[in-house]
Amino acid sequence: MREPRWVGWARRLVLGFLMLFTALPLYAMVTSALKPLGDVQGDWHWIPTTVTLRPFADIWTTIPLGRYFLNSLIVSGAATALSVTIAIFAAYAISRFRFPGRRVFAVTVLSTQMFPGILFLLPLFLIFVNLGNATGVALYGSRLGLVLTYLTFSLPFAIWMLAGYLDSIPRELDEAALVDGNGPLGALLRVVVPAARPGIVAVAIYAFMTAWGEVLFASVMTDSGTRTLAVGLQEYSTEVQVYWNQVMAASLIVSVPVVAGFLLLQRFLVAGLTAGAVK
Amino acid sequence: MTALLDQTPAARTAAAGGRPPRGRGRRIALPYLLLLPAVLLELLVHLVPMLVGLVMSFRKLTQFYIRNWSAAPHAGLDNYRVVLDFDSAVGRSLLHSFWVTIAFTAASVGTAWLFGTAAAVLMQRHFRGRGLLRAFFLVPYALPMYAAVITWAFMLQRDTGMVNALLGRDGPDAPFWLIGGNSFWSLVVVSVWRTWPFAFLIIMAGLQNVPRDLYEAAALDGAGWWRQFREVTQPLLRPVNQVLLLVLFLWTFNDFNTPYVLFGESAPREASLISIHIYQSSFVTWNFGLGSAMSVLLLLFLLLVTAGYLAVTSRRRHAHA
Repeated sequence: MREPRWVGWARRLVLGFLMLFTALPLYAMVTSALKPLGDVQGDWHWIPTTVTLRPFADIWTTIPLGRYFLNSLIVSGAATALSVTIAIFAAYAISRFRFPGRRVFAVTVLSTQMFPGILFLLPLFLIFVNLGNATGVALYGSRLGLVLTYLTFSLPFAIWMLAGYLDSIPRELDEAALVDGNGPLGALLRVVVPAARPGIVAVAIYAFMTAWGEVLFASVMTDSGTRTLAVGLQEYSTEVQVYWNQVMAASLIVSVPVVAGFLLLQRFLVAGLTAGAVK
Repeated sequence: MTALLDQTPAARTAAAGGRPPRGRGRRIALPYLLLLPAVLLELLVHLVPMLVGLVMSFRKLTQFYIRNWSAAPHAGLDNYRVVLDFDSAVGRSLLHSFWVTIAFTAASVGTAWLFGTAAAVLMQRHFRGRGLLRAFFLVPYALPMYAAVITWAFMLQRDTGMVNALLGRDGPDAPFWLIGGNSFWSLVVVSVWRTWPFAFLIIMAGLQNVPRDLYEAAALDGAGWWRQFREVTQPLLRPVNQVLLLVLFLWTFNDFNTPYVLFGESAPREASLISIHIYQSSFVTWNFGLGSAMSVLLLLFLLLVTAGYLAVTSRRRHAHA
């Protein structure tokens, strides 16, 4: 495609602007995390007066970051493991079987993604409180309630992405396993799951990111013992007296693992996330 | 969004149905068993709560009944009457947040879509560092949303933030960004920052499906860059844009996280989005009946808009086909 000169200039201008727009908060986060407290309490400093790693150490005592971290890890890890497992079975059904209700299932599950979270928040809160009263299993204020909630958030996309991935695995593989005397479940576990490993990893990262970043339900469903990073940091950052350099250090700590995971598996995730919209 | 299911090849039917029957009953039950855990959880966390919410909206559900909500007295349509009475304080503030949300959604979705399209189209052609730039543009999408929004909250601080330094505004007349009228625009900027990479991602994927020879044919016909964009790129992106704009609309309209992390429990009036408004009227005043009535109305509104949008766009798509 030959292009006139103005397109070249427009490209530099537009991409340059977007680069700056994207970079500014990242720059603020990284540099401020390296600043001494004095630098973030007066006028804005573009460059730290002295570079220090103190904020990365101090934040653990300013707020109970370790506990938040542990809660987030447990909740996100459990939600991811369960979501991926359940999604593998569901995706296998959708990809390999034709049965009445298949379309209804897919449409219903996907459409739940579209409804505002605030819509289920109040009733779910009540259901958890009342279920807890009735059965003695604490769902409200516990990690279990959050795990159940989060896993359903990532489930629709996880099923959708995995079903697409399983479609690309030749059926001859499962047929061969069936001929070897495996049942359909044996074929799934021994042949299909190993072949789908890249897709499963991508879905796991997606599920983890979803749980790791959720704020709304965590703000209502947790108590001081089960607070996650999202709520803990949010609460602290809206206090009157905030050590911003420490908050930026904490933000950096919680971001690096997810961003790294995302960028490493960019290709799989992007393919999965966009497949539906494009087809 | 369910295109995935439509493209099921006929071969699949043949393979599933054509196998020699071995325990026919089990074979028929198996897919349902495989789906069961997913269905149960979706029921527990999404569908049942929605029904419960509907019931709650007809009850006078205050904090006294939280532990035993079925005992809450019936209220008939009272909650709806209160919420929709635009002369009362409750109704007026709901209507206000509705308009704020409309304005916010229009500004944010429009800008995010524009940025996404511009970047995707301008990155269609290969140049050095393109892959790196693409990965960089996706960082805001990958970042945990609260970490990003907290960083913006720091940048938007009046006396210590980067934004006022960038604008060269300091001293006593420096503007506030997290309270007052500016808070609306802060919210729009932060929201665009978080959502445009998604638009970029989807449009970029859509562009990969545009056959190259279409451009070559257009170029042979003497179409310049702009006409190629208007007459080749745009029409081929229409189905992608159709889904993308709907998804962006729903996400942005329902956005709770961005204002909640940016402003905390009490959002400024100028930036009080509808989700925040419902949250505040439910968990701050502990009046769940009113909050549920508002939620149900919000759902009805979204369903109407979505149905209308799909009807109009699919009719237009047929007209073009």
